Amino acid sequence: MAEALATIRRVEGMGMITLRGALEQIGPVVSDVTGIALPECRKITGAGDRQLGWMSPDELLCVMPVADLPAILAALQDGLTDRHALVLDMSDARVIYDIIGAHAEDVLAKLSPADLGAVGSDDLRRSRAAQTAAAFWRIESGFRVIGFRSTADYLGALLHNAAMPGSQLAPR
Amino acid sequence: MLALTCPCCGITAEETEFHPGGEAHLKRVGPEGADDEFEAYLFARKNPKGAHIERWRHSYGCGKWFHVARDTATLRVFGAYTTQSYGPPEDIVNAIRQSYPDWTFDRNAAE
Repeated sequence: MAEALATIRRVEGMGMITLRGALEQIGPVVSDVTGIALPECRKITGAGDRQLGWMSPDELLCVMPVADLPAILAALQDGLTDRHALVLDMSDARVIYDIIGAHAEDVLAKLSPADLGAVGSDDLRRSRAAQTAAAFWRIESGFRVIGFRSTADYLGALLHNAAMPGSQLAPR
Repeated sequence: MLALTCPCCGITAEETEFHPGGEAHLKRVGPEGADDEFEAYLFARKNPKGAHIERWRHSYGCGKWFHVARDTATLRVFGAYTTQSYGPPEDIVNAIRQSYPDWTFDRNAAE
C-alpha cells in the first residue's frame, strides 16, 4: 500500500486576532505589541507559532498560541484606543490544519484554484479549498491552512481525501 | 476561463475566486425620478457583445470590490481599477479602443 501524499493534522491551541483599520495607522502599534514586523501586501511575517499576516488592504491577522492571546489582545486594545480600529478574538471561529509531507503541494493543488508556484515562502494566499474559504502559507515541508470552524469537518475531509495514497499529480 | 487581477491585493486568480456584481457605474434614480426612469435603474442593464465594464468582488481573497473592463465575447480583460472612480481611467479606455476604436464610456446608457 502506497503512503498518503501528506500527513493532515488539525492544529489545536492556536489563537487568532483579527485587526481592521487603516494599516498605516494601526500597523506601528500592532508591530510594537507583537514584536513582529508589519507584513507587506499579501505577505506573512514572524516565525513558528507567532505570525502576522496581511489579509486585505485594511485587515491584519495575528496568530499566536492561545495561552498568549489574552495579554496580546489587551495590549492591542490598549494601544489602539485612540485610533479607529477593530480588534477581535476570532480563535473560536477558525480552524487550522497542517499539511506536511513531500506531496503537500499536490494536496492543496487539487482543492484550490490558486497558482501555488506563485506562493512564495513568505506569502499568505487567501483562496478557497473546494467550496469553502481557506487561506494558507508555507511552513517547513508543507502548508498551514486556516479556514472557518463552521466548515472544519468539511475542510478536514477534503484534505484527507486529497491526500489519498497513490493519488499524486505528477506521473509516477 | 476568465482570469482577473484584483487591483486591491494584486492577486491574479481565476473566475471562481471572484463574485460578479453586474454592470458598473450605474447612476442611481432617487424618489424624485419618474417611474420609468426608476424601473430602468432597477432592471435595465446593458448586455453588449464586446467591451463591458463590470463590478467584481474578490470574495475568496481580500474581499474588496473593484471594476473590470472586459470583452464579453473573447473574455479578454482590458484592465481593472478602483471603485473610487466615476469611470474607467484613460489607459483602460485606450486599451478598449485598440479593439473597438469607436467605443465610448456611456454612464447612463442603462436608461
